[in-house]
Amino acid sequence: MFFRTAWLVLKKDAAIEAKSWEVLTTTLFFAVSCVLIFAFAFVKEGRAVEDAAAGILWIAIAFSGTLALGRTFERERYSETLRALLLAPAPRAALYVGKLLGMLALLGLAELLLVPLIALLFQATLFARPLLLVALLAGGTIGFCAVGTLFAAMLVRARSRDVLLPILLYPIIIPVIIAGVRGTTALLGATPDEPTAIMWIGVLGAFDVVFVTLSLWTFEPLMTE
Amino acid sequence: MSLRRLLIALTSFVLLSGPAFALQPPKGQSEFVPVDTVPLADQLPAAPLLITAYAFVWAATLVYVWSIWRRMNKVEADMRTLAQKIPHR
Amino acid sequence: MRKVFGPLAALTGLMFVASPFIVARAPFESSMGIVSKIFYFHVPSWFAMFTAIAICGGASLIHLFRNNPRADRIAEAAGEIAVVFGLMGLVTGPLWGRKAWGVWWIWDAKLTIALLLEMTFISGIMVRKYGGPGSDKLAAAVGIFGLAVTPFVYEAVNIWRTIHPLTSVVPTLPQRMAVPFWFCVTAYMLLLVVLLMLRVNLGKRQAALDELYLAYED
Repeated sequence: MFFRTAWLVLKKDAAIEAKSWEVLTTTLFFAVSCVLIFAFAFVKEGRAVEDAAAGILWIAIAFSGTLALGRTFERERYSETLRALLLAPAPRAALYVGKLLGMLALLGLAELLLVPLIALLFQATLFARPLLLVALLAGGTIGFCAVGTLFAAMLVRARSRDVLLPILLYPIIIPVIIAGVRGTTALLGATPDEPTAIMWIGVLGAFDVVFVTLSLWTFEPLMTE
Repeated sequence: MSLRRLLIALTSFVLLSGPAFALQPPKGQSEFVPVDTVPLADQLPAAPLLITAYAFVWAATLVYVWSIWRRMNKVEADMRTLAQKIPHR
Repeated sequence: MRKVFGPLAALTGLMFVASPFIVARAPFESSMGIVSKIFYFHVPSWFAMFTAIAICGGASLIHLFRNNPRADRIAEAAGEIAVVFGLMGLVTGPLWGRKAWGVWWIWDAKLTIALLLEMTFISGIMVRKYGGPGSDKLAAAVGIFGLAVTPFVYEAVNIWRTIHPLTSVVPTLPQRMAVPFWFCVTAYMLLLVVLLMLRVNLGKRQAALDELYLAYED
């Protein structure tokens, strides 16, 4: 019942998105323009500053992720579908998981575009240890989306929700960004520093476990008003 | 149900913290070593910093207490005006 | 307000007035000289902040799951007070660091996450102010998540490269430094209690005012 509900929520969101591809295309475009802005900010004599690539990757993920979160839940609010979902006889936590999976898919697609783009623009050897990079990105994206989905959902009916989402979200997910950037930087050196990267993946894993659990636990009381 | 989840979370956290502690970075200071006198050169320039630190603690406390006091006055004033209005209805 | 408030406030004031004299008699630290005495005001600030965060997180949990208005008032008060003590820590720290390390600020683990904890609880205040109705639950979520992120702060210096003194400094303090240190910690904890009592009292009066408004409208 639980996973069936989550899967149904995911399918519903995918079906709605497939009609216009609005959120996906705008998120991807925004992610790319983020990279470009930072590229121009950090370029000296035609070449990018060293190690800027890792930071730019994760900033682009964070910013485009925040935008996507806002847009996804704005859509729910506009059609009052969130209220309908909450009235359904389904476990609330399953709704959260369904939304989370949708966000993960969206950001995953964005990262699929961002990583090769950044590797290209900054001559960054991101593919030296692809499995570790995937683990880092997965860990970081799950952490970001876990907290982001919860906060975006709980802010749907709040005033000033557009500006409150980044205000509330960013301080909490900064450890994810730090771990992601440090781990990615470790992989970008002349010889990839695997033990450091693995350590940061561990930290991300710990963060994910704690915050997915916390979000699952608090989703129900936060959505009941 | 949530207790089970909590246990799973705690167990995973403990297991995953292993890699996190695997790397040993160079340690910062691990102990403070006391001495009684300090060469004069080190004494004076630092005193303003220490005094500023202490003064800031007082200032922050007093500003916060004042802010509570100000808000309390406002609430009391509102209560008085409201209390006056109610008997007249 | 409880009767114990007056004596507590007086005691706290006395302890803070006495603290410079007690701190002055403590020995200097061998590598840092006189500026190391900021330690006696810096570390207790963070102890008090972490305590306030724990109170805020705990009260937020209770309010979120049991809809308890008293817990909500305590969470609101503790959140504000955490910001105040955090500000003390964030100001005394750079004053110390400027002399000891030569720079006002470095982006090492402990400082970074301490700053972000401060911002988390400021965001909690903002959500109460600008979030509209129902923002007490949102602020409760912020308090809980803020508490969950806190262990990462405390362990950060043990995992990451940093010049910040390790957390093992405090348990290994020699006697002549430990006494003034724990004196200051006690003073800060008393200050925390005093400020909490003040702020919760304000919250109670505000709730009473809201009740009056509701009664007026009926």
